[in-house]
Amino acid sequence: MATKKILLLDIAHARSGDKGDAGNVGVIARDPKFYPVISRELTIERVKKHFEGICFGPVERYELPNLNALNFLLHNSLGGGGTVSLKNDAQGKTLSSAMLRMEIEVEEDLLT
Amino acid sequence: MKDSIRIASGQGFWGDLIDAPVNQVKNGPIDYLMMDFLAEVTMSIMQKQKLRDPNLGYARDLPGQMKKILPDIMEKDIKVITNGGGVNPIACREAIFEAARELGITGLKVGVVLGDDILMRIDDLIAEGIPLLNMETKQPISEIRDRIVSANVYFGAFPIVEALQKGAHIVITGRTTDTGLTLAPMIHEFGWAKDDWNKMAAGTVAGHILECGGQASGGNFLGDWKSVPDLANIGFPIAEARPDGTFTITKHEGTGGLVSVATVSEQLLYEIGDPKDYITPDCIADFTSIQLEQEADNRVKVHGVTGLPETEFYKVSASYSDGYSAAGTLTYAWPEAYEKAKAADAILRKRFQNLGLEFDEIRSEYLGLNSSHGPLAPIPDDINEVVLRIGVRGKNREHVARFGSELAPLILTGPPSVTGFAGGRPKPSDVIAYWPALIPKSAVTPQVVVEEV
Repeated sequence: MATKKILLLDIAHARSGDKGDAGNVGVIARDPKFYPVISRELTIERVKKHFEGICFGPVERYELPNLNALNFLLHNSLGGGGTVSLKNDAQGKTLSSAMLRMEIEVEEDLLT
Repeated sequence: MKDSIRIASGQGFWGDLIDAPVNQVKNGPIDYLMMDFLAEVTMSIMQKQKLRDPNLGYARDLPGQMKKILPDIMEKDIKVITNGGGVNPIACREAIFEAARELGITGLKVGVVLGDDILMRIDDLIAEGIPLLNMETKQPISEIRDRIVSANVYFGAFPIVEALQKGAHIVITGRTTDTGLTLAPMIHEFGWAKDDWNKMAAGTVAGHILECGGQASGGNFLGDWKSVPDLANIGFPIAEARPDGTFTITKHEGTGGLVSVATVSEQLLYEIGDPKDYITPDCIADFTSIQLEQEADNRVKVHGVTGLPETEFYKVSASYSDGYSAAGTLTYAWPEAYEKAKAADAILRKRFQNLGLEFDEIRSEYLGLNSSHGPLAPIPDDINEVVLRIGVRGKNREHVARFGSELAPLILTGPPSVTGFAGGRPKPSDVIAYWPALIPKSAVTPQVVVEEV
């Protein structure tokens, strides 16, 4: 089947926040038909690679098929956590859109 | 028993829209108003305020907000539940009683939940064999004993239920879970059993949706943010809860914002870890059981929620002093804005070295370029301008203060076309670090006091 490279932004939205020094990123498929795509494409390895230079710890991944969503914990990503961090984005509020920059492969017939 | 109750979110954090609770009370029917004021560090800020003035240490917006709505809540029998009592809920109650007296209101009953503050009990607890191990590092709290600023236990819904049963119009707590503020009125109105875990979980999920105010009704919505109407007049979310544990998220007619499956989904995913293991003092909620359904415009039905029994522990949120930090900014303009900003950063760092300043961390970020997305952000060729933001953190207050004095001189002694240095020298501020721990539930007892003015 023919596939096409797109931005995750095109088929998903997201929200992020902080849990200590870990950032949490929830990714939601914009349509239920894209849930299998994000579930297949957003592996722990790819997310860890995507956040190279931002996330310095392990990545945890959880599935919420009921919400067509995935949840990621990116450990050691916030410069020590909300209270200690010197980062402008100490609470990881923009990790959500950073995640959506990822390029992924989608079956072309899903996009029509 | 009522068929349903309407629980309105009136505040998502200390510093949220001041008039949100007023709008929730005046723009349509509600039965309960919940107001969440406490983030992880808020208690340490309040503790410092209480040390300076024993009459402070609570959310200072609260008495003024209450004064605006007291006549309405008495007339319409709306109950208010808030954790804005911080580390001094009694002083908070007195300030609200004072507001009631000024308005000539009588018969107002205010309930206060006490017992969450364990700051004075730390040594006893350690002696009793409760080491309050840091949940992340596993170190015992004794290692930072002399630097502890605040220590509070997260209570759940049941102390609030007790206050409501004693007839309180307003319930003020210290460190209570955000979710407990919403679950409590459901338990109170519907008579849910403590071990009805699915119902406890349903109320907890409703609490998670309401606890961040407008963030569930179109605020900070990444899905299709341009489609959210009239954010200027955003209506905060309301949970219409029913005895069977199902509920509908909505907002007042005629307000701005958006309640959709997408906005509610984003809020459900906010700051969670393992979705099957959402632990509160009241239960463990399973977020993978939640079903959402768009009933009508701005109405999302939530059902199917399941839960597991509570654990034997309360979570403790302690905070401790961990040195000092300061940060400042300088703006560099075209041409070669980024190069200039990087050169300024290098000059600063060299001067710190020459002065022998020691820091645990120096962090430089380039706002407008890549401070948010770091290495994921492509760098354009010749940008119009960039803001250098540089921050330091260290144990030596003098060194952090000296950092603040080194920033402005760069305007006359560094790269050209620099501006935007307003507000004077950055001052050192205390770094307050967070210490999460667990405590057996048997070691702490909530106390509930209801008084009338």
